[in-house]
Amino acid sequence: MKHLLTTQGLSKDDAILLLDTSAQMAATQSRENKKLPTLRGRTVVNLFYEDSTRTRISFETAAKRLSADVINFSAKGSSVSKGESLKDTALTLHAMGADAVVVRHWASGAAHQLAHAGWLDAAVLNAGDGMHQHPTQALLDAFTIRRHLVGRVGEDGRGTDTSVGADLAGLRVAIVGDVLHSRVARSNVYLLHTLGAEVTLVAPPTLVPVGVETWPCRVSYHLDETLEQWQPDAVMMLRVQRERMSGGSGAFFPSPMEYSRKFGFDARRLAVLPDHAIVMHPGPMNRGLEISAAAADHPRSVIVEQVANGVAVRMAALYLLLSGDIGSTSSSPSSSPSTSSSTDERTAL
Amino acid sequence: MSTPSTTTYVLRGVRPYGTDPVDVVLADGVVAAIGAPGTVEVPEGAHEVAAEGGSGGTDGGTEGTGLVLLPGLVDLHTHLREPGREDAETVFSGTRAAAAGGFTAVHAMANTTPTQDTAGVVEQVYRLGQEAGWVDVHPVGAVTVGLDGEKLAELGAMADSAARVRVFSDDGKCVHDPVLMRRALEYVKAFDGVVAQHAQEPRLTEGAQMNEGVVSAQIGLTGWPAVAEESIIARDVLLAEHVGSRLHVCHLSTAGSVEIIRWAKGRGIDVTAEVTPHHLVLTDELARDYDPVFKVNPPLRTAADVEAVRAGLADGTIDIVATDHAPHPVEDKDCEWSSAAFGMTGLETALSVVQQTMVDTGRMTWADVARVLSQNPARIGRIDATQGRPIAVGEPANLTLVDAGATRAIDGRTQVTASDNTPFGGMELPGRVVATFLRGRATVLDGAVVDTTSNPQNTALEGAGR
Repeated sequence: MKHLLTTQGLSKDDAILLLDTSAQMAATQSRENKKLPTLRGRTVVNLFYEDSTRTRISFETAAKRLSADVINFSAKGSSVSKGESLKDTALTLHAMGADAVVVRHWASGAAHQLAHAGWLDAAVLNAGDGMHQHPTQALLDAFTIRRHLVGRVGEDGRGTDTSVGADLAGLRVAIVGDVLHSRVARSNVYLLHTLGAEVTLVAPPTLVPVGVETWPCRVSYHLDETLEQWQPDAVMMLRVQRERMSGGSGAFFPSPMEYSRKFGFDARRLAVLPDHAIVMHPGPMNRGLEISAAAADHPRSVIVEQVANGVAVRMAALYLLLSGDIGSTSSSPSSSPSTSSSTDERTAL
Repeated sequence: MSTPSTTTYVLRGVRPYGTDPVDVVLADGVVAAIGAPGTVEVPEGAHEVAAEGGSGGTDGGTEGTGLVLLPGLVDLHTHLREPGREDAETVFSGTRAAAAGGFTAVHAMANTTPTQDTAGVVEQVYRLGQEAGWVDVHPVGAVTVGLDGEKLAELGAMADSAARVRVFSDDGKCVHDPVLMRRALEYVKAFDGVVAQHAQEPRLTEGAQMNEGVVSAQIGLTGWPAVAEESIIARDVLLAEHVGSRLHVCHLSTAGSVEIIRWAKGRGIDVTAEVTPHHLVLTDELARDYDPVFKVNPPLRTAADVEAVRAGLADGTIDIVATDHAPHPVEDKDCEWSSAAFGMTGLETALSVVQQTMVDTGRMTWADVARVLSQNPARIGRIDATQGRPIAVGEPANLTLVDAGATRAIDGRTQVTASDNTPFGGMELPGRVVATFLRGRATVLDGAVVDTTSNPQNTALEGAGR
């Protein structure tokens, strides 16, 4: 695999390889010197057509921790705002010798087009395209779930991760909220299914896409019923994307208050869950709308840890794509060619 | 270019509507003689066109297939883009492509810039068509001023103009206001006009990018639901029934739409319907790679819809095939799907697609093809005094000769249209237009368009490399 564009069709072996490599990367991140020499001399471009401070910073951190040169190319304040096409931007990045392009775009399919239109030959990492996919978000979610619910890492996020090599068989994950507009939901449904977890989407019918029946998951219109009767091991709250609901077709639900009452996650609903269950959110949160402060800040919330894991997962994705190891049997980062003379770093990885 | 050709042609061993071979003589702009092979008296100096041998037969037909002779094709739905978007197509380049595709008449849609909503603009397009001389160009008049859906355009003035407009459409936009639609349906009765509706409920399709269904749900593009088309068609057939008017439904694309038209015809409502070649064969699965060449409005639907429109075309529920030829410059397609223009070219592939999906599958005869691609569209457009005529002695020599046994690879860059956005690029399609005759004059011969230096635009064309 040269690109990471979608979780739909990602093989189970590749998914587990990505998670295991993420675990190795995470282990390096508790050191004083967090930097690895692995991608020294390689150029990673962060091409962001949509505002996303946290995702961009996460990718930038990941690339820098791997010693890559990082170029941030933002749609604002660049030639993009003057009307340069995606194609011309891609040709420019190609001419500059980008090895990997991390792309966030408002248009579904933009990452796929960058990878396949013949405009450039860099590895393409989809950092979110429209309503389609955001594969590294799903990978960091799966990684977080695996550490907690398979590896039994403690509530503080510390402790030895014993989950290496494992899938998520038998775990139940409820994904709650604006599924219709959510690339996070689409990415998670396919990845979690591939890893053996069961998924239930919970949303008002207006926020479930027509055609959802082919997705490998269940759909419920009732949060309380799902929590009480299905007893999920993890509850993943989606951001209610207000900005995508302001366009013409009218409201998707009667009022924020009604949404909150029926689909908001709070301490009362948390109490219904099994003791080991975790609460997740991809951020940024609308506190008081889809999640209450009490739930977001609860010890069983892993929301901040998701952010930390995002760096490790993106390091793993960049490493595997640029070293070409994904899909092959050689999976250890330490086996990669490195210009570093520091064997310590390599063996410690 | 409406003057009859002085060249006399003899078509050897051709098969009218796919029936037994005959020889056909074209002289003075009409069909002069038809008879069994070798029995027809051929005027001296006649130019021979034949399946094998003869000057026109180098690409000859397959044994047992031969050259099928059809009445010249008539397109009720073409976007020629001029005036306004001459970077995509001109009346000249578009009608030249039409001739290459076997057409002898096209209806030029009204969404030009300025809009074809006045007598002046429709006469301009009509005149450009006459000057180009490739096919008869019949401008479609806008229903509302500027296609804005708010105020009736001067339909009577366009009907009375030199262009003699009979088909009115806001195509590209739906006449969504029910009162305005009612008024338009009623008003055009005075001059035997027809309103051709682009059926798309605008509120249900805001931001729509592709068919709403399984594929859109997975690939994250905003859906264009079938109900947005079907609800307008249902409303309009009831309106047409209520006021006793004639309605034409453009490019219907869903199984539900076919059902509604079938129901309406059963009730005796005066409605006709068209399907595009692309909706006869392509499905929304093609959107998965986000190649905007497959972005079109109405969108490509599901395999079940494709089967339904084929069945509807075969049983006569759908009256015609019309191309919705929609050329776009490269930059309007070489971009993100959501930013790309809707539309695909179709003039040069329409007959092949109909052959592949309907004739080669045994669902229609060549006589049926003549019905849906020539006779019915000519009748709906009220140009049936000169187009869509029977192949008979004394009739205008508007004819198309097809090598049904040929296959050809489609490449957008080598097509005659000025734009490259064919969805059939890289595919092999059956059938090849060998010759097209407009009032006895060959616009296509030996499979190539006949550029004559008598037209100044032909000289310019050579310089442009097309």
